[in-house]
Amino acid sequence: MTTTAQHASPSAPPQKQIRFARPAKNEGRVVNLFSHGFLALWGLMVGIPLLWATVQSFRSDDEILHNPLSLPSHWHVDAFGRAWTKGHIGDYFLNTLIVLIPSVTLTMLFGSMVAYVLARYPFRGNRFIYYLFFTGLVMPIFLGLIPLYLTVKNLAASLGLESVIGLNTYGGLILVYIAYSLPFTVFFMHSFFRTLPSSVAEAGLIDGASHTTLFFRVMLPMARPGLVSIGLFNIIGQWNQFILPNLLMKPQSGFDSDRSMLTQGLLALVNNSKYETDWARLFAGMTIAMLPILITYLALNRQIQAGLTGSVSK
Amino acid sequence: MRHGRLPFILGFLWFPVLLYLVYVIWPYCQTVYYSLTDWNGFTPNVPYTGFGNYADLLKDDTFVRSLFHNAVILVVYPIITILLALFFAFMLNVGGRGDRAGIRGVAGSGLYKTIFFFPQLLSIAIVAILWGRIFESSTDTGFLNAVLAKIGIVDPAHPLLFLGETNSWLLPAIPFRDTVLDAPVVLWCLIAIAVWGGVGFYLVLFSAGMQAIPKDLFEAALLDGSSRYQTFFKITLPLLWEQISVAWVYLGIAALDFFLLAFAIAPPSMQATGASHVMSSWVFFTAFGSSRYDKFGYACAMAVAMAAFTFILALVQLRITRREKIEF
Repeated sequence: MTTTAQHASPSAPPQKQIRFARPAKNEGRVVNLFSHGFLALWGLMVGIPLLWATVQSFRSDDEILHNPLSLPSHWHVDAFGRAWTKGHIGDYFLNTLIVLIPSVTLTMLFGSMVAYVLARYPFRGNRFIYYLFFTGLVMPIFLGLIPLYLTVKNLAASLGLESVIGLNTYGGLILVYIAYSLPFTVFFMHSFFRTLPSSVAEAGLIDGASHTTLFFRVMLPMARPGLVSIGLFNIIGQWNQFILPNLLMKPQSGFDSDRSMLTQGLLALVNNSKYETDWARLFAGMTIAMLPILITYLALNRQIQAGLTGSVSK
Repeated sequence: MRHGRLPFILGFLWFPVLLYLVYVIWPYCQTVYYSLTDWNGFTPNVPYTGFGNYADLLKDDTFVRSLFHNAVILVVYPIITILLALFFAFMLNVGGRGDRAGIRGVAGSGLYKTIFFFPQLLSIAIVAILWGRIFESSTDTGFLNAVLAKIGIVDPAHPLLFLGETNSWLLPAIPFRDTVLDAPVVLWCLIAIAVWGGVGFYLVLFSAGMQAIPKDLFEAALLDGSSRYQTFFKITLPLLWEQISVAWVYLGIAALDFFLLAFAIAPPSMQATGASHVMSSWVFFTAFGSSRYDKFGYACAMAVAMAAFTFILALVQLRITRREKIEF
């Protein structure tokens, strides 16, 4: 299973209308009905809760509480405004972007650098480093939670960089996000780089390209499909990260500003809605938090399939 | 070819590996160290106790009960998820009617594939809000209860409790010392949410694997008049073994973890009684819960034991599913 991606395309079926021998017609029909029904049912089970939650943000609290199934009598949009300003979703949205743009970019860069070296350059200790990253894939994050808190705090203090990479700083969270995303990225990109043909790399080296040039100019562009799908998984994972910001992004003193991520903000809305009963605002905040990921996913959807085809085979 | 090789390797590796060692490996090592102590998590003195914490594990009723919950999840969750994902992947990639040339999925398969992945996009906070409303024990505000009441299955005066139900379902509760080994309804609800969220990812994984199988194989089978069952069991399944094995390992790891669901979705009352606890949430509760504030070292020991279980399970699974590689 090393050259699957190359193999699949040349053997694509001819687009001629050949009639095949059709096995037992009745069996086909019953199975079709059953399987279509089941597919549609699952589609509804996955789609309806999202649709329902989105619709809730256009309704009044009274409707939400007393008639959960019906459509809104008037389509109110003001809940979105309340979520964005009063619920601070706007601020949290911005915070999340400030962290994610560098953290995802650097995760992809560092992850593919490590994966590339491990996949294509045998050296003493190669397997050791590889299994080190595999360990991180198996360990649940929360195992190292308290020590992680202390590590972030003490490392920043010993370097004198409390305001750059300490607790409740964007820099600190960015570094931690990268570190925790590396195992998955390295693991997947590793198998991807292994499937790339070595003839291209050898030709490049004979032409006098340095290893670094070869990586950035030839191998990285060739790994694009893999990069796109792993990139999307990293965006989703970091956008939705729940434990790490809860641990690391709390204001350290009364003067420290609030740099909460979106998931923290949403939880705050959940807790507030218990006292202020602004359910519409909560659902609106939720819709706002979902939307960017949904759009990114729909935009990249086709490439994910292509990317995974080349990389899932170990 | 060898020119500048070593500086290149070092130059590429040093920073990411350092970052990883400092923020991931080092905290894990510290957890292992603290598991050998009776540290309470905040005071400067760290009393060393050796393996005492590990000996206490089996005396801890809630830990044993949580472990049993994990075992239930481990049996049920991967099987249901893989079966559903396999079925969907087959239908959406090769299940289309074989009356024309070419192998493809049923009508609308592109749309299905897109929609089925949606739950993967949601943060646990959103999943918690959504399913909290769906499972709410009221026919007025709870989605599922409202639907069931409309069909007439549920009496509006007695809505189903779902996440608040501690009664064991399918499996009779086995008395064990001061607690029970059981599979409470709340646990089944969490598993349902996990399946709902997980199928989309494995569908994509299996789809990718099926796309990589040369189409002429399916076409040859169709020409020979094989039915969809035969195509599935004789061709798809054996050639997809690699992906299924990967999925089983991932799902095994997820089943032993299960932290986010048990922590963010199970209501606090369930967490207090231990009905919804799995190992991870019990570790968290022990380490940070206000009623058990001086147990940090013990919590670390539980965490290390959990990691050991996970590691052994992954190794066993890889060993069981090992097959000769099929190159096409």
